[in-house]
Amino acid sequence: MKNSPVMAFFQKYTMIIALVVVMIFFYFSTDGKIMYAQNINNLISQNGYVFVLATGMLLCILTGGNIDLAVGSVVCFAGAVGAMMMKGGINVWLAVIVMLVVGLLIGMFQGYWIAWVSVPPFIATLAGMYAFRGFSNVVLNGFAVAINNQTFLNVFGGGASCYVPDFLGGNGMNLTCMVAGVVIAVIYAVITIRTVISHKKLGIDVGNLAAKYLQTAVICGVIIWFFYKLSNYKGIPSTLIWVAVVMLGYNYILANTSVGRYLYAVGGNEKATLLSGVNTKLVYFVAYANMGLLAGLAGILTVARATSAQPTYGQGYEMDAIAACFIGGASAYGGTGKISSVFVGALLLGVINQGMSIMGIEANYQRVVKGIVLLLAVLFDVLSKRQKK
Amino acid sequence: MAKILLEMKNITKTFPGVKALDNVNFQVEEGEIHALVGENGAGKSTLMNVLSGIYPYGSYEGDIVYNGEVCKFNNIKDSEKKGIVIIHQELALVPEMSIGENMFLGNERGSKARINWAETYSEADKYLKMVGLTESSKTPIKALGTGKQQLVEIAKALAKHAKLLILDEPTSSLNETDSKALLDLMLEFKKQGMTMIIITHKLNEVSYVADNITVLRDGGTVETINAQGVTISEDRIIKGMVGREITDRFPGRPDVQIGDIKMEVKNWNVFHPLYPERKVVDDVSLYIRKGEVVGLYGLMGAGRTELAMSIFGQSYGIGISGELRLDGQTVTLKKSTSDAIKHKIAYVTEDRKGNGLVLSQSIKVNTSLANLDSISSRGVIDKDKEYAVAEEYRKKLKTKCPTVEQNVGNLSGGNQQKVLLAKWLFADPDILMLDEPTRGIDVGAKYEIYTIINDMVREGKSVLMISSELPEVLGMSDRIYIMNEGRIVGEMKSEDATQENIMAAIINSGKEASA
Repeated sequence: MKNSPVMAFFQKYTMIIALVVVMIFFYFSTDGKIMYAQNINNLISQNGYVFVLATGMLLCILTGGNIDLAVGSVVCFAGAVGAMMMKGGINVWLAVIVMLVVGLLIGMFQGYWIAWVSVPPFIATLAGMYAFRGFSNVVLNGFAVAINNQTFLNVFGGGASCYVPDFLGGNGMNLTCMVAGVVIAVIYAVITIRTVISHKKLGIDVGNLAAKYLQTAVICGVIIWFFYKLSNYKGIPSTLIWVAVVMLGYNYILANTSVGRYLYAVGGNEKATLLSGVNTKLVYFVAYANMGLLAGLAGILTVARATSAQPTYGQGYEMDAIAACFIGGASAYGGTGKISSVFVGALLLGVINQGMSIMGIEANYQRVVKGIVLLLAVLFDVLSKRQKK
Repeated sequence: MAKILLEMKNITKTFPGVKALDNVNFQVEEGEIHALVGENGAGKSTLMNVLSGIYPYGSYEGDIVYNGEVCKFNNIKDSEKKGIVIIHQELALVPEMSIGENMFLGNERGSKARINWAETYSEADKYLKMVGLTESSKTPIKALGTGKQQLVEIAKALAKHAKLLILDEPTSSLNETDSKALLDLMLEFKKQGMTMIIITHKLNEVSYVADNITVLRDGGTVETINAQGVTISEDRIIKGMVGREITDRFPGRPDVQIGDIKMEVKNWNVFHPLYPERKVVDDVSLYIRKGEVVGLYGLMGAGRTELAMSIFGQSYGIGISGELRLDGQTVTLKKSTSDAIKHKIAYVTEDRKGNGLVLSQSIKVNTSLANLDSISSRGVIDKDKEYAVAEEYRKKLKTKCPTVEQNVGNLSGGNQQKVLLAKWLFADPDILMLDEPTRGIDVGAKYEIYTIINDMVREGKSVLMISSELPEVLGMSDRIYIMNEGRIVGEMKSEDATQENIMAAIINSGKEASA
């Protein structure tokens, strides 16, 4: 059952192609502004929360298309708690830990109902969405609370100086950033080549080698270009580090650990997984507890970026995260989806947002476009699957 | 010769890269029952989908001539208008709705804005009577057993004024009594002039009802055997299906030293999880020796699956009581399947798609799922080792696939079953409870599964083989338990067992119960 190679190529790289097309479109419609170093930089720092939340959301979606509607409220609540603590002069690291723990506890609370009492996730988290929005208001007393702790802002990407300092001291260009980019690209290439060699030795099918190396070369090129852009601005934004840690970490967990495997298996066939000796309830619990933890982290990034906490923060974040997952090709029935694709999905959303903002399109129309993109992405996925049959 | 009602001429249907049907010719006479047989993947269902318009005109080559005219169906509605109605293998009924609502679903009585319920239910009752059901048409579908649901499907087809009825494996999930009743109903319809096509794997049914038998192999018509007035032997049909004589349908018992008692259950009782007053397993005691294949025969609903699953970490039922002994020692398993696996017990489900395999994942992932711990350290999977394991079992069980990275959902039934067995062999149990290990797979693949079972006992494992196919139980077991209505009603050595005395044991137990 071989499709033509061109079709296969399009199917495999649909979203990446879409991303490139959208970027080219905005490149011309914004007179190249979208490729300015500052805008490339903003793409990451403004959307840090989407990447983090979408990662957690993917785990929930994997278990069977289940979503967590509460994350926006949890982001706000965790941020509010942290802001109040820092305002009260409590140690910044203690505040950070409390914010993460608050997120985790909320996730565990929701996960308990979902896993062991079989409350439908949609409802359990809808309840959380209302409740924690309310609590945020209570904690903040309805006001905005400013965050002045410079350490917090530096580490989590707020304010003006939220960049990794340039140790190497380049001339008009952030050398540290550039070196980091090259090092990362080299590490990526080495890992890919080593995997191919070891697989060949074991007789594992490695597919078309030329295509594989070409893909690696393209990715390395993009990495270097991306860091080159950043180094022309202010260097590596601290948000990028958090996004990278989360996405790489969870990519590893999903691909290489038994927990990751069980998430896919439960979404693919829960009964079969249960009969294989897996505690499926625990798998659901882990997905939601983890979502809470990452919502806590996203809360930290959000209030740091805004240098304040407000009762309205995080509204609609859950939808951004869900959209990023589905645009990235995660199955709405669970069982399939990859972190790398979610990354592309989130990036695509980010580019569209930013491109339209630069073009000066009104926010309401931006929403319309986002909705259309989501529908198109899922439509394409459904149609291409139907064609395979 | 009777009038030809349907003629499918030179039908060729191509899927991307695969020729599913290659120049197939198929003729059905008016008023006959025509059996369509062939191995899995031979193209039977594809041919019927072409006929019923699921694959619309233009997506295949060739002609369908029905009642003397060339038909160009664009969808099922078109073919149903002509009286061609197909009943699929998987029942298409909504469990929450009543019989009447189901029967006229998409074909509602009355106007679009106002359904005429009186007409719906009175019409439905009429058709129910025709298929011999006494239930009211207001009964919800979920209150009926599978056998009766199948009859409702037929009544639904009658309500569409079927002239040519196509039944795709109608008895695959029925027990023997219900199957017999269904086949008799078909013979009854034949008398009234209905034309029918039956697709089935059960060759005894073919000889029982069919006037003509068309054999498909690899997408082509092999032959049409006239069975009117003569008895066609099963071996004759099998020869056509696989293209060679199969002299032995079973590999024979291996030369294995049968050892001590490996697992024993005593006075085992299980209650239904939804209806706690219903006892599904009633005071069952049985044992399995090392190196032994024990057949557990019983009709569907006898409590066999429930017994096996309740032993396997209480994965079925409530109020489970009784004693479980492994190697002579009483053990109490926690309510978790992982605890059962730790005690080296495996249960291989009868429902490989529903309960056995993760269809969206690869052969590799499915193979390792029940025993990930053995190829991972601190929760991190050694993927190279995993690949090697999957490869090893692919070779050992001769699973046909391009690579072990292939998705299980794309495999044929027989190969899926092999992946399921591979998963449980890799979990390295001492005791394997195989529930209908050859259901819905073709003759050739069955033989291979039997060989695998023999290899298991050669390695010193114990096998409990649950089956509702008598020849299989007789051909594969060292010892046989017979189960009926939750109880063990007979135990015999395979040398002493015959089809007759096994059935007698079931019938006698029924008499005792009613006496």
